[in-house]
Amino acid sequence: MGSRASSLLREEDIEEIKKETGFSHSQITRLYSRFHSLDKGENGALSREDFQRIPELAINPLGDRIINAFFPEGEDQVNFRGFMRTLAHFRPVEDNEKNKDPTAEPLNSRNNKLLFAFRLYDLDRDDKISRDELLQVLRMMVGVNISDEQLGSIADRTIQEADTNGDMSISFSEFIKVLEKVDVEQKMSIRFLH
Amino acid sequence: MINGYLDRKLQEVYSQYLQERLTCPGSSPGYSLTGVEGANSHPTAPTAFRVFSIVLWIMLASLAKLGFHWSGRIPAVVPESCLLIMVGLLVGGVIYGVRHTAPPVLSAEAFFLYLLPPIVLDAGYFLPGRLFFENLGTILWYAVLGTLWNVLGIGLSLYGLCRLGGWGLEEVSLLHFLLFGSLIAAVDPVAVLSVFEEIHVNEQLHILVFGESLLNDAVTVVLYKLFESFLRMPTVSSVDILAGGCQFVVVGLGAQVIAPLFVFLYSYLSYLTSEMLHFSGIMAIVTCAVTMKQYVEANVSERSNTTIKYFLKMWSSVSETLIFIFLGVSTIQDVHMWSWPFVSSTLFLCLLWRALGVLLLTAVVNKLRRNAVTFRDQFIIAYGGLRGAICFSLVFLIEDFPMKRLFITTTIVVILFTVFVQGMTIKPLVELLDVKRKKRALPTVSEEIHSRLLDHLLSGIEDVVGCWGQHYWKDKFEQFNTKYLKRFLIREDKQPKSSIVRLYQELERREQMGEDDEGTEDSQTQSRSLLPEEMDSIRKILSNNLRNFNNKHITAYSRHTLHQDFTVDASRKACLQRHHSMGERHSSNQTHNNQVHFSLIDTKSPRPVHNPAEVNLNGPIRVTSDGWADSSGPSLQNQEQAQASSTSRHMHIPKKLSFVLENEREK
Repeated sequence: MGSRASSLLREEDIEEIKKETGFSHSQITRLYSRFHSLDKGENGALSREDFQRIPELAINPLGDRIINAFFPEGEDQVNFRGFMRTLAHFRPVEDNEKNKDPTAEPLNSRNNKLLFAFRLYDLDRDDKISRDELLQVLRMMVGVNISDEQLGSIADRTIQEADTNGDMSISFSEFIKVLEKVDVEQKMSIRFLH
Repeated sequence: MINGYLDRKLQEVYSQYLQERLTCPGSSPGYSLTGVEGANSHPTAPTAFRVFSIVLWIMLASLAKLGFHWSGRIPAVVPESCLLIMVGLLVGGVIYGVRHTAPPVLSAEAFFLYLLPPIVLDAGYFLPGRLFFENLGTILWYAVLGTLWNVLGIGLSLYGLCRLGGWGLEEVSLLHFLLFGSLIAAVDPVAVLSVFEEIHVNEQLHILVFGESLLNDAVTVVLYKLFESFLRMPTVSSVDILAGGCQFVVVGLGAQVIAPLFVFLYSYLSYLTSEMLHFSGIMAIVTCAVTMKQYVEANVSERSNTTIKYFLKMWSSVSETLIFIFLGVSTIQDVHMWSWPFVSSTLFLCLLWRALGVLLLTAVVNKLRRNAVTFRDQFIIAYGGLRGAICFSLVFLIEDFPMKRLFITTTIVVILFTVFVQGMTIKPLVELLDVKRKKRALPTVSEEIHSRLLDHLLSGIEDVVGCWGQHYWKDKFEQFNTKYLKRFLIREDKQPKSSIVRLYQELERREQMGEDDEGTEDSQTQSRSLLPEEMDSIRKILSNNLRNFNNKHITAYSRHTLHQDFTVDASRKACLQRHHSMGERHSSNQTHNNQVHFSLIDTKSPRPVHNPAEVNLNGPIRVTSDGWADSSGPSLQNQEQAQASSTSRHMHIPKKLSFVLENEREK
């Protein structure tokens, strides 16, 4: 699996991905073999069905939305670059990176991580989490034992807590503010093995 | 651990019984009720006296505890455990002075069978489950390897020092030192708990120290028994050592097998069973408590739940007090043998090996953790390794050999040192080092929801990447739990609600009681205004329960009190009435809209949304439900709409009430 997969990935590509995402060489090759094993059609890109074939993801309450997050707007295929770009959000934040490139914000900064999470709610990309969008996600996560009114009150309360400008929806800045006490950098990180 | 003791005790009782049979051949085994054998038929004086003395001790313990809470300032400086030991010392001294004989010693039997289980059960029941399992790897790492390291280190270095030092201890064998090392290296959960409850460090640190103290029992048990059995054997071969090594696995795992088999009231049985089978009783009882907690809470009524919790707290509180008092009393003994070099070197080695162990282990484990353990945390972990009554009882159980008295004295000194010196100074040190403290406020509902979202997100990403992180295992367990265990163990109507819902309900209750909720002060202004009848009912409840609210603000925080839950019943009723009275007015309008809501939304959720156009269908309906959301004048607005959709009203009122009734099932 290793040798065949890495032969399709050129050195220049690896370098570009490294610069864009910050992953190390070995991490990139390892993730490429994972990409390759998911790519049953072997056309160098993943479709939604490829993702849905992952068993645990199918039962994840947010499975569909997570899959959706990999695909750029309106497209049905994601190539390896896009795959890595999405995964880069989950790289742990390292201290020594802060000095590297002050102009471009790395993909795994706190802001970008939060933006990723925000987009899981905000399907219509209007930069606001409306009450319905919140309700949809809540219903998926909370399960079936809860009545609709209860869920509605919970959603209302959530919006109440976050909403500062009174538009009954949560904007990205309000979202950031609500999560300021939560250690997002740590929560949203996976230790990618070297 | 107490098996040797139990065996001997059994033999004693049996020989005693035989003696009685021989001396009174006429008496039958069953006591007759005639006056001739009247002496055999009612409880003998020593037994009655024993019961009397036990009751007296419990009374003394309770009085001492009450005294501390009334005396305000002292508990802030001196931890309760120290004060209790001092009381014990006083009492022991008095008894000694009066009777001129040593006061009763804390018997190993009483300790292991009666005093320890309630504390461990209470600790396991109130263990923050999620945090514990997230850090389980690290905790096990510290507990198993750390204890091994300490035991071997202390045992071997003491042996080496005694050989070199020439303190008259040359004839004491290596095995004895290893045995001593195994009992003195054990960090004691009782002592740790009583000291750490007052210093409020951040939850991660707390769970690491506390979890380690609970789980190292398995290692201690094995090592202690191992060395003790080796002592009894004339020679030790390498096969024996290997066999001993295998015991670790068996002991640790065996405890896990036993524990989940028993439900709440039988957790004690699980403890005893595991003790009898040479497994670790403490681990069994902790696992038992942790696993059955969710099933118990779901199955029993709310009132029984509160009763169980209070019972646990009370029992563990009494036990803890008794243990410390007895420690103090047992210090006044005739059997002391002092040796400056031995005692001081033991103390020094204990501290040294613990510090080294923590440093080394943390260096390794930090590479695997997401959240590194900082140096300050490491210092507190090392410094918080208090010894307590477990070492004390274990040292008494050693078979008699010439230097036993020295070991006893040393153990007592180490315990007293760690509890007093380390216990008293840890609080100022925590403040000095600015260790991260515990967040007191409940998370907001938003935080809870978003955290949950992040959890699911991370599990999903881990699945995509194909790495088996902790989310993967957590999810797997949850699935197993839901599919098999919960269906089997929980009544149908009592399926537990999600933590989001529980948190929301808790916050609602608190707000209604007018409590100062730190996180949501600004949002209070937007919440619905209450109608006169509701205000009346709330006011009535408040005035009836005013006494209870005063108790909430005592400064001496103790893990044995349950502030929150105490007000649950009272605030529950207000919640019930409030929703009840609001129900008629709101149910129709709102549920109707929500019904329509979900019929549109549900058809969409499985498929990802591509066209923005589809989503906007929700638009028009959203407006009316917003009308409900910012209801400042509920009555007029909603009554109009209520009349408009009166038919749906009848269908939905039961639904509204069912929200309330879910909570009050026992009615």
